[in-house]
Amino acid sequence: MSAAARVTDIDEPPVRRLYRSADGRWLGGVARGLAGHLGLPVIWVRAFFVALMLADGLGALLYAVFWIVVPLGVGGRSAPRPVFETTPDGRRRLRKPDRGQVFALVALALGISAFIGNLNVDKQAGRYIWPSLLIGVGVVLVWRQADNARRASWTDPDRRRRVLQLVRGLVGVALVGTGLAVFLVVRGSVTQLGTALTAAVAVLTGIALLAGPWLVRMSQDLSEERTLRIRAQERAEVAAHVHDSVLHTLTLIQRNADDPGEVRRLARAQERELRNWLYRPEGTGKEEDEEPTTLAEAVKRSAAEVEDKHGVPLEVVVVGDCPLDEGLGAQMQAAREAMVNAAKYGGEGGPVQVFAEVEGRTVFVSVKDRGPGFDLDAVPADRMGVRESIIGRMQRNGGSARLRSVPGGGTEVELEMERADG
Amino acid sequence: MSDGTGTGSEAAQGTERRVRVVLVDDHRMFRTGVQAEIGRTEVTGVEVVGEAADVDQAVTVITATRPEVVLLDVHLPGGGGVEVLRRCASLMAAAEHPVRFLALSVSDAAEDVIGVIRGGARGYVTKTITGTDLVDSIFRVQEGDAVFSPRLAGFVLDAFASTDAPPVDEDLDRLTQREREVLRLIARGYAYKEIAKQLFISVKTVESHVSAVLRKLQLSNRHELTRWATARRLV
Repeated sequence: MSAAARVTDIDEPPVRRLYRSADGRWLGGVARGLAGHLGLPVIWVRAFFVALMLADGLGALLYAVFWIVVPLGVGGRSAPRPVFETTPDGRRRLRKPDRGQVFALVALALGISAFIGNLNVDKQAGRYIWPSLLIGVGVVLVWRQADNARRASWTDPDRRRRVLQLVRGLVGVALVGTGLAVFLVVRGSVTQLGTALTAAVAVLTGIALLAGPWLVRMSQDLSEERTLRIRAQERAEVAAHVHDSVLHTLTLIQRNADDPGEVRRLARAQERELRNWLYRPEGTGKEEDEEPTTLAEAVKRSAAEVEDKHGVPLEVVVVGDCPLDEGLGAQMQAAREAMVNAAKYGGEGGPVQVFAEVEGRTVFVSVKDRGPGFDLDAVPADRMGVRESIIGRMQRNGGSARLRSVPGGGTEVELEMERADG
Repeated sequence: MSDGTGTGSEAAQGTERRVRVVLVDDHRMFRTGVQAEIGRTEVTGVEVVGEAADVDQAVTVITATRPEVVLLDVHLPGGGGVEVLRRCASLMAAAEHPVRFLALSVSDAAEDVIGVIRGGARGYVTKTITGTDLVDSIFRVQEGDAVFSPRLAGFVLDAFASTDAPPVDEDLDRLTQREREVLRLIARGYAYKEIAKQLFISVKTVESHVSAVLRKLQLSNRHELTRWATARRLV
């Protein structure tokens, strides 16, 4: 935990992302969002967009693109300014609009008229200006409505505002419809084919304009939701695991409360499982029944199985690791036998210590218990466990086994084996 | 870690020995359990003078009571055991009556162990330890020695073993052959007394070897330990 905490401490701050501002916006909050992101006064950004409008409406296009692509955020404005202000002599009066705002409005009006003037060169084209503008205003209203619908999921607006929003959306749709209708009526006098074509294009464009922002927003919302869902799934997995194994085990322990051996066995098995599960390295989601391929895995597996079977705790320490080969496989079997012996005969004196070390080409395993100990020479000749399963097996595979036992002081089995390949 | 009978009688004999202990653990049940296990002062010689459940409380209690030994949990609300060690650094370094820390944790993950040892704890034992062994460890820490559980010894061996090229200043960063041997025996589950008997040295020598290992662990901020820690993304 300590290390993890340190890691997050030195982590860089999250990347600053551009959001449109939901607070204090005039249209889509693009200008305010950009201003907040760039650290500029919002009036500059707005003036910039208006100025760009003069370049064949590039400003409007840019604004529209920002509006669609950039997600809506909160913040970017300190406090709303009241419409009324209190004069020093106590009377309320309409707040004077500040100079910047007046300037911005004038600039906007100038920009729009200049834009229209630019387009109005052709008498023929002039007939489409007003329908286009109608459609444009309608689309803008509908988009704002889409934003507000998103915002409604964060802040629940009161009833009146909801009615207002509904009206706004309807007005937008109506405007777009009117614009399209005007288009059709104006074009009605020209050839039939042209009319049909234009009508189709106009309707499709209208639908695309109306549905576009919703589609973009929806995909953004979906990806956001997916990350949330993944997180929720992880939590659910943890909960399920804890429920399935830990709670079950606790129930079993309660039921077996008068059998200390069984309780100990259950608790140890559960502890080990939970530990494995919590600390398993990511990406190596090994299944329980897979055959171990490395020494450390094999030792831990054997110890776990012996622990489960005999109800004696085994403390495993592994230093280094290497892949298993034939000789090491035999050593593992011998070690397992030694663990079983230690658990059976020496488990009374406390946990059995299992130590495995890979040093260079030598693999060393020690199994030590604190039981009563025994004298190997006193063991009857027909008891083959230690002689054959441990000592004999090691020798047949080119290793060595030593047995150290002090009556009353525990037993230790030491197994040494050379690795087949360096 | 050591045979129950030997250390138990040793602790009982040393009733004139007294050690003041503060328990830091966020689980009240566990504190109660430890208290019941080691708190019978007339038998064990351990006197629990304070308890704390989080980092802030721990620092306050330790500063107020100035115990000789603090049993410190690794996972604590407010920054963990490492944070307590950091904020008590001056108490640890005090010339007179230094406060010594013994980490006592359910976790035996390498990063936890190495983290608190490098933070200045004088030892590390896991919560599976028996009462008599714990009492023994407390006294050992009080006297300024290091206490290693077999697992901790294994981690240290692992840290120092995974090197290919020997570094330049061998004295500082490398374990001597003897220290390695001692650690290996600890990892195999031998008690200090048994190690002394096996290697034909005195218990004091064993303890000084272990202390040397601890010193190297805290000091060696370069070479293999750094590399080892980086490889495991511990620092």
